[in-house]
Amino acid sequence: MAMSFEWPWQYCFPSFFTLQPNVDTRQKQLAAWCSLVLSFCRLHKQSSMTVMEAQESLLFNNMKLQWKLPAESIQIVLEELRKKGNLKWLDKNKSSFLIMWRRPEEWGTLIYQWVSRSGQNNSVFTLYELTNDEDTEDEKFPGQAEATLLRALQFWKSSFMSVFTSSSIMTMLSVTHHF
Amino acid sequence: MDRFVWTSGLLEINETLVIQQRGVRIYDGEEKIKFDAGTLLLSTHRLIWRDQKNHECCMAIPLSQIVFIEEQSAGIGKSAKIVVHLHPAPPNKELGPFQSCKNSYIKLSFKEHGQIEFYRRLSEEMTQRRWENMPVSQSFQTNRGPQPGRIRAVGIVGIERKLEEKRKETDKNISEAFEDLSKLMVKAKEMVELSKSIANKIKDKQGDITEDETIRFKSYLLSMGIANPVTRETYGSGTQYHMQLAKQLAGILQAPLEERGGIMSLTEVYCLVNRARGMELLSPEDLVNACKMLEALKLPLRLRVFDSGVMVIELQSHKEEEMVASALETVSEKGSLTSEEFAKLVGMSVLLAKERLLLAEKMGHLCRDDSVEGLRFYPNLFMTQS
Repeated sequence: MAMSFEWPWQYCFPSFFTLQPNVDTRQKQLAAWCSLVLSFCRLHKQSSMTVMEAQESLLFNNMKLQWKLPAESIQIVLEELRKKGNLKWLDKNKSSFLIMWRRPEEWGTLIYQWVSRSGQNNSVFTLYELTNDEDTEDEKFPGQAEATLLRALQFWKSSFMSVFTSSSIMTMLSVTHHF
Repeated sequence: MDRFVWTSGLLEINETLVIQQRGVRIYDGEEKIKFDAGTLLLSTHRLIWRDQKNHECCMAIPLSQIVFIEEQSAGIGKSAKIVVHLHPAPPNKELGPFQSCKNSYIKLSFKEHGQIEFYRRLSEEMTQRRWENMPVSQSFQTNRGPQPGRIRAVGIVGIERKLEEKRKETDKNISEAFEDLSKLMVKAKEMVELSKSIANKIKDKQGDITEDETIRFKSYLLSMGIANPVTRETYGSGTQYHMQLAKQLAGILQAPLEERGGIMSLTEVYCLVNRARGMELLSPEDLVNACKMLEALKLPLRLRVFDSGVMVIELQSHKEEEMVASALETVSEKGSLTSEEFAKLVGMSVLLAKERLLLAEKMGHLCRDDSVEGLRFYPNLFMTQS
C-alpha cells in the first residue's frame, strides 16, 4: 500500500495541540485525535507501540509547524482510545500498548461474514487460511498481526467459534452456525 | 542681610565642610554692598562668607534660615548668581554686619565661576537638612570667645565630655521620636481591647443593644479592620449601611460605566469611588458587600463574578454575551488573537478583554492555543468544521 498518509485538517490547526477546557470542544477534539491515531496506525500497520515511541512520533508532533501535543494530553488521548475499546495496555506501568484500529467486535463480525460467504460454517479452518484467502478483501485480513486477530477471536470464541492452538503452530478455528 | 552673624569661621563638631568657592560677592537684595570679594563656604549647617583680604571679617547664615534658592545665569558683563531667599531673622540672633534690612533675600555673585557646582551642593544640603540630625550648640562661637553654657573643650577630658554629650543628645532625639509611636501603640492596644469587649457584648447580649448602635459599632470595627463578629452568610441580607451605600454607588457609577462600554472591573470601581469620596474612604469589604446588594435592590447595575474570580460591575442593560458575538467576529477577521491584541483592537483593559475571550470560549465560539508564546484564541473550528 503505497498510499501516503493524508493528515486531517486538524493536524494543521494550532488549537488541536492544546487540550481544550470547554467540555464540548474537547469531545470533538479527542474524537478527532482518536480517529487520527487509528488511521495512522492502520496505514503504518502498527498494532503496538510504546508511549515513548508515541511521544516522539509524527503522530503527536507536527514537525513542520513545530507543534507538539504535551505528554499529559497524549495520555488523555490514549485513555480515550482505551475507553472506546481500541487500545489495550500491555503492562502495568502503562508504558506500551496494543492499538486495535478495529475493535474485536468488529473483527468478529467480519470473520463471521467471511465464514458465511466462503461457506466455512461448521468447519475447521486455520488462521493462515483466514488471513491469506485470496477472496478476502485487501484491507481486512492480510498483514494483520496474529496477535490482533487472535485477540479478536478470543472475544468471540465463546459465542460462535472455538479456537484450538496446537503444538504444531497452526491455529485451528471451528465455527458453528450461529443461528 | 541682617540674618548674617559674625563668626570665627571655624567648624563645629558635627559640622562638615561641603564645598567652598573663591571670588564671591554678596548683594543685599539688588544692592551691591561692601562685601565684594570673599570665599564662600558651604557646610552641613551654614553658609559662611570670609573676606579674602581680611580674614577676620567672617560671617555666616544658618542653612535653616534659607527658604529656597534660585539660579540666575550669567549675562554680558554679569556673573552668574545664586539668589537666596531667607526667613526673617530670629529675635535672639547674635550680632552681625547689619542689624536690620528691608530685603528678604541676598544674592551671591560668582565672579570666578563655580556657581553650578555650588548650587548643586547647596540644593543637596537643603534637601538633606543634615543640620537637623547633627545638632551643634545653639549659638555658634563668635570671635568674642566661648559663650557661657558651652562645654569647654580642653584636652582629652574635654573630648570625652563632648562625646558623652553628643551621645546623650542622640539618645534623647531618638527617644523623643519614638515617644509618639509608643503612645500611639498603647492607645491602639487599648482600642483593640475595647472593640473586642464590645464585639463580645454584641455577641452575647444581642437583645440589649439596639440595631442602630450595633450597626454603628460594627462599622467602627470594620473601619479599624477588625472582622465583623456577627457574620452574615447570605447574599441578600445586609446592613442598612450597605444598602445605602449600594444606592449611592448606583448613582456615582452610572456615568463612568456608560463611558467605559457598560462594564468595569471592581478594582477600577474601588479607585474611582474612593477618589471621589476623598475622605471617609470605603474598605474593599464594604464595597463588595454593597455591590452584592445591587441586584437585590433592583438597581440599574449588578455585580458579576467571572469563573476566574474576577469581579466586575456592569450595567443591567449590558449584555456581555452579546459582546461575545462581536468578539468572535473580531477574532475571525484576524485569524487569531491574544488577550492583549484583542484589548488593543477594541480599546478595553486587558483584564476585561481576557474575560470576554474566556466567556466566548466557554460558550463554544472560540478555542485556545496555549504555548510558550502565550495564550491565543481561534474561532472554534472543531465545532464549525466537520
